[in-house]
Amino acid sequence: MFQVKNKFIKQLLGSFMDLLPIFVVIFVFQLFILHKPIPNLGDIAVGTAFVVLGLTLFIQGLEKSLFPIGESMAYAFSKKGSLSWLLLFAFSLGFGTTAAEPALIAVAAEAARIAADGGMIEQTEIAKNDYAFGLRFTVAFSVGFAILLGVLRIIRGWPLHYLIIPGYIGVVIMTFFAPDAIIGIAYDSGGVTTSTITVPLVTALGVGLASAIRGRNPMTDGFGLIAFASLTPMIFVMAYGMIL
Amino acid sequence: MMTLLNEIFSTLLSTLRDVTPIIFVIVFFQLVVIRRPFSHLKDLVMGMFFVILGMTFFLVGLDKALFPLGTTMAEQLTSPDFINPSTDQLISIAWQDYYWVYIFGACIGFATTLAEPALIAVAIKAQQISGGAIKAWYLRLAVSIGVAVGISLGTYRIVSGIDLYMFIIAGYVIVITQTIFSPKLIVGLAYDSGGVTTSTVTVPLVTALGIGLASSIPGRNPLLDGFGLIAFASLFPIMAVLAYAQFADWINRRAQLKQTEKETEGE
Repeated sequence: MFQVKNKFIKQLLGSFMDLLPIFVVIFVFQLFILHKPIPNLGDIAVGTAFVVLGLTLFIQGLEKSLFPIGESMAYAFSKKGSLSWLLLFAFSLGFGTTAAEPALIAVAAEAARIAADGGMIEQTEIAKNDYAFGLRFTVAFSVGFAILLGVLRIIRGWPLHYLIIPGYIGVVIMTFFAPDAIIGIAYDSGGVTTSTITVPLVTALGVGLASAIRGRNPMTDGFGLIAFASLTPMIFVMAYGMIL
Repeated sequence: MMTLLNEIFSTLLSTLRDVTPIIFVIVFFQLVVIRRPFSHLKDLVMGMFFVILGMTFFLVGLDKALFPLGTTMAEQLTSPDFINPSTDQLISIAWQDYYWVYIFGACIGFATTLAEPALIAVAIKAQQISGGAIKAWYLRLAVSIGVAVGISLGTYRIVSGIDLYMFIIAGYVIVITQTIFSPKLIVGLAYDSGGVTTSTVTVPLVTALGIGLASSIPGRNPLLDGFGLIAFASLFPIMAVLAYAQFADWINRRAQLKQTEKETEGE
């Protein structure tokens, strides 16, 4: 390969390579398996240029903003030494980023429809909206709680699997008692909570805390916040389904 | 051209709406609680601007280039016309007839995960703080393989109609067993990688696949059985990353063993 000097162009090329597999998969399936032509080549070309440019800008901005913010706030809080403020910050970050998450809004609306069809709630718009709002609030609260618990774990130095494994056991036990209709949604809600902008910020916060606190290793203690944020929504959503 | 500009503008607005609560929380705690101005404010604002603009272009581009084709493809691949079941469909569903769905699920899961920005971010961070012991590229590869296996098994589950929780519980048992035997350094990263795989790129395509599949198979309810693929895509990367760590550990140990053998021979 030829040497590319300019960092931005190098990054653009990298983004292009990252996206190439998707196009290969889609084109191969469209042409050779479905035996259909590829529609709107112009749109696809413009869209591809946008995706490549967008990914490049995102990665450039990430290293300048989300990573340093997360880390510098972690250092500032650990210097300040106020645990309750740090925990409040952790909760607000989890709650605030999740409540407005578009993927979650879509899933909550879908869940309300299922609940209404299943006769769990009334077939009215108000009942469905209430249900969807309650679900969103539940998930946002559970993610806030997850980040809070994860931060507390980093500070205390508890091993991650001591908390994750009981969490798994909790999910399994809840599964046997929760209504069938909610299980699929509950399992999926764990995956949709963590958005592309939240993940780098929360990761930087965890790693920053683990490096700021003496005796913590950023590698073993710094990660795990996202894991909590994917686990607690499952438990809380199933609980929501059982209570209602 | 106008519609394109409109689309960019409305996506920019919705990205801004997503980012606002985050910025609000950060600014409030920085100014009211920490009570110090931001250092490198210019860089931060520039970086944030890049992130928002980048997400906007990324989303608009996906909507233009990938999602329409990807979702119709998922529908076509799962439609009875394409699958054309060889056996009498009323009697039984032969899961083998759906092999293209499994292959497509694996390929698209693999490819979209490689391009997932959140995963790229975590991989960069992991490479930085492990001092290069963990390669960003290998980590992303491991996670993508995990998602590929997960999606393809998840589509098989929808076809076969086996209960979701059976797979998830079995998966948990495997993850817990792996955790006991794997190097402790990787455990946090592995658990995190389950959560980062499913965001911007993967979710829309995978959801279309799940719902298309559940609506084309008699006896499946798209609203109930269409869910669950995301859960698979979050669970299997954990196994894949733990397996990658165990494998790397094993290779290292073998190399060390050979090294000491050579040294003793040399003496």
